[in-house]
Amino acid sequence: MKLEADALFEQAVETLIQDIHTQYGYDFSGYARASVYRRIRRFLGNKNLASIEELRKNLFQDSYFFENFLQEITVNVTEMFRDPTFFLALRENVMPILSTYPFIKIWDAGCSTGEELFSLSIILKEEGLLDRTKIYATDINQKVLKQAKEGIFPLANMAAYTTAYYAAGGKNEFSSYYTSSYGSAKFDASLVKNVVFYPHNLATDSSFNEFHLILCRNVLIYFNRTLQERVFSLFDESLVSLGYLALGKKETLAMSQINGHYTCVDKSNRIYRKTT
Amino acid sequence: MKKEAKVIVIGGSWGGIKASQAILKQLPASYSIPIVMVLHRLRHFDGNLQIVFEKRVALQVTEVEEKEQLKPGYVYVAPSNYHVLVEKDQTFSLDVSELENYSRPAIDVTFTSAADAFGSNTVAILLSGASKDGSAGLKYIAERGGTVIVQDPQEAEVDTMPLAAIALVPDCQIMNSERIQAFLLSLHDH
Repeated sequence: MKLEADALFEQAVETLIQDIHTQYGYDFSGYARASVYRRIRRFLGNKNLASIEELRKNLFQDSYFFENFLQEITVNVTEMFRDPTFFLALRENVMPILSTYPFIKIWDAGCSTGEELFSLSIILKEEGLLDRTKIYATDINQKVLKQAKEGIFPLANMAAYTTAYYAAGGKNEFSSYYTSSYGSAKFDASLVKNVVFYPHNLATDSSFNEFHLILCRNVLIYFNRTLQERVFSLFDESLVSLGYLALGKKETLAMSQINGHYTCVDKSNRIYRKTT
Repeated sequence: MKKEAKVIVIGGSWGGIKASQAILKQLPASYSIPIVMVLHRLRHFDGNLQIVFEKRVALQVTEVEEKEQLKPGYVYVAPSNYHVLVEKDQTFSLDVSELENYSRPAIDVTFTSAADAFGSNTVAILLSGASKDGSAGLKYIAERGGTVIVQDPQEAEVDTMPLAAIALVPDCQIMNSERIQAFLLSLHDH
């Protein structure tokens, strides 16, 4: 009976989550389960593994295999200038305020393979702020951080990114930011010269600096309410007074305990400002 | 196990908006079962399906917000560019992972997670569309004892989606929109 098999699968996932925590230190207990089930089923399919038991064997015998699992289980699908109206709002409404600081610190939390980071850097550059900004780009996954650092994205995506870039108020030729070869676009390394790439796990690590802007878009959707609450207080500790928090288009502070400290300055683009 | 409809999931693509409007328009505002709807649209089309439906449907129509609780009297529409998943605690999770069947939102993703959360108490309806999305999800629900309904291909504006589903799930129920509507009303009565 399928329903019984499902129940066994779900139990096995719970045990797996506990054992991964014990063995590798990554805590997935606060991840929303529907998505975890889907990622694991997908991973089993891609790797031709018949069961969670087979997966376990591989995971605990081979740390390289675990790295691979980690990359697949956390969603790393991203794009440049995703939601152009958000980047336009960032450019037009947030950058002018940030420009009043002599030195700007930004945290890109869950930066994945770097598409959002490079979008942000391009906007900072065009607004004349890049040279006095330091960005901390963090992710749970070291492998994607390495990719983010390289700034190499598929050339095939550039047409869509160019459209999004102009919709986000782009001021230059988008192609002036990258050189293309062999189907790849390599972005100008000077865009990330003031970026610190740093492994950080939102589920377990603590605040490490104070920022004027924190971007964490489409990361919290994978967490349950308890873990979201943890991350929100982490952000609250890490933001200066009057600092900005930018969430994904479908994420909200409304139900969180820190909501009272914040004003939603742009509802449709989910930009919040710390007011107390 | 006795079936009791706890969620209705509707999927559609080309022609699906019109078909779903026809199905939902007679349902009362007090309808007792939450409805989740995944309709394909252009990926970056931000136009609001909510507004399209609001005028024609007595139920509250709203775009899914993440971790929102499913409530009766509501039609939840999948937002553009997100997959929608249903959790066992009857909340929604959103997901921006890979496209499935060239789509995000994908019908298969929502159907599968609804079956994981509600098992045989899931009612799924697959409407008109020029895609094969939804078939695998429908099969997944049928295998768990849920109710699966496919819009009559004769009536569907584009029959690709209904035909693909019928081929994969031969024992699905085939109904035109009038009968789907009557069926949904019958679920509300008790």
